[in-house]
Amino acid sequence: MHWIFEPGLFSNDSVRTALLLGAMVSVVSATVGVFTVLRGQSFAGHALTDVATAGGAAASLAAVSPLVGFIGGGIVGAGAMDAIGVQRVKGRDIATGVVLGAAMGLTALFLYLVTLQSATTGATQLILFGSVFTVAPSTLPEVAMLSVVVLVGLVLIRRPLLLSSISVELAAARGIRLRATGVAFMVMLAVAVGLSAIVIGSILSTALLIGPPASTLKVASRFMWAVSLACVLGVVATGLGIVLAYDSYYWFPSHRGLPVSFFVVSIVVIEFALASLVGRRKLARAVVVQHDPTKAPEQVGWV
Amino acid sequence: MFSSFMTNAWVSGTIIAALAGAVGFFVVMRGAAFAAHAIPNGAFAGAAGANLIGVNPLFGLVTFALVAAFGIGATSRRTKSDVVTALALVMMLALGAAFLATSTEYEPAVNALLFGEILGVSSSEILPVILLAVVCGLGLAVLYRPLLYSSISPELSTARGVNVTVIDTLFLVVVALASALAVPVVGALLTFSLTIGPPAAARLVSDRPNRALLLSVGFSLLTLWAAIASSYLSNLPIGFFVGTLSALVYLVARAWDIGRTRRFQRQLA
Repeated sequence: MHWIFEPGLFSNDSVRTALLLGAMVSVVSATVGVFTVLRGQSFAGHALTDVATAGGAAASLAAVSPLVGFIGGGIVGAGAMDAIGVQRVKGRDIATGVVLGAAMGLTALFLYLVTLQSATTGATQLILFGSVFTVAPSTLPEVAMLSVVVLVGLVLIRRPLLLSSISVELAAARGIRLRATGVAFMVMLAVAVGLSAIVIGSILSTALLIGPPASTLKVASRFMWAVSLACVLGVVATGLGIVLAYDSYYWFPSHRGLPVSFFVVSIVVIEFALASLVGRRKLARAVVVQHDPTKAPEQVGWV
Repeated sequence: MFSSFMTNAWVSGTIIAALAGAVGFFVVMRGAAFAAHAIPNGAFAGAAGANLIGVNPLFGLVTFALVAAFGIGATSRRTKSDVVTALALVMMLALGAAFLATSTEYEPAVNALLFGEILGVSSSEILPVILLAVVCGLGLAVLYRPLLYSSISPELSTARGVNVTVIDTLFLVVVALASALAVPVVGALLTFSLTIGPPAAARLVSDRPNRALLLSVGFSLLTLWAAIASSYLSNLPIGFFVGTLSALVYLVARAWDIGRTRRFQRQLA
């Protein structure tokens, strides 16, 4: 096993911090992600990562904690998308796209100003593609707290959220406040995206949000089972990604390690490909059951 | 602003904007916003990879944009398309990040690739750019009617004997080529702004396809010209202006549209 776990891997403090952070962030992303994929909001989730990027770049410019920037940017973006109309399915992609485009413009400006301001190189790569090894251990409690807040919030609005994700009409008929539920969810999405931005970079946090949930929804047909499996897949991808990135330092004679985000994203994509192979037949059956209009969602185990 | 070294910027900018406006019109019509966002990011990985192995960046841009387009086109029909698009997008970006990590590229070059550089097209590249743009334009002209038809009603056009799958794939190829041309100038992350803001504005202003298409090209040209001029004058990255001006064009058109609807309602009342 010597060639997988390089000497000094587990005695290294920054690796330990990275693994802990990665595990927490993957669990939050995967849980929020299951709802995101069910609601068909992958594009909105991705757009939030781009808005969070603008926030991260602004934070870097103002020299405040990147976590504040990522999450603050994400929440502002969620508000903007709600105002411009992401709730309506028609024209939703366009509204999302316009907010996303404007956010990338701002990112371009902020990052340019950052490179003018400081002599430290790599701000762009750090914000966009992340570097979990450089995260200060002091951010661990903040991340842990925010993770708990998001998970508790999700548990609280679990039932209305799930029902409105599966069938808007049914949810409305049962008196669920759709808009409030949607906005609450977007805020949690923004926080989750901000958290994963510090691990794999802001524009790649889509991978942890969408990848593991999309994979599990291909094979799992019960809600709790889908969430648990998504968490496991997410944690495996980040854990393995961090270990491989650490090892990659020794792969090339130049000692240029590959970024953590590259490994995490690759593993997530491989997981999705495998799940697609396994789930193809299973999915065909599950779709029939889920969309049986004569059964209430409770009866098929989804709520 | 119009000195000789800026000639390439104006020429390539005009070609890119006209193409982005035309392609973007169909992107908006077909609701293919997410794919149009993912493909330029594929092109980014291509440029980074080409830099690494030392081949012409345009070659890398075109190859990777095409790979992204075919990847999204081939898999999206079988599964939930935006999940696949999201994963293709992050995979391409992550590849780009890996290429950058292993090369000795310095920061401004990376920023230029992501956020644009008005002088991104050199004199030796202007000819291939024009050639590719002509290919794209011809492709759109040939595809115009079936593309429009299948955008409005896929069912009806299938009944009329249009092969929607083929049209879809060909369209993504055109998007890929147009993106590959735009990325060096506008930047991988901002190319999308140009293909979505001005065309979405044009659609709000006019319901007639031909007029909306022309308006879309017009808005897009104005946006990019204004962006080049502002970038030249202020020395700030062009991506900032492309992103914010595209959003501004959309917001103005939206306000105009709301005003028109109100006037119309008042006339009815």
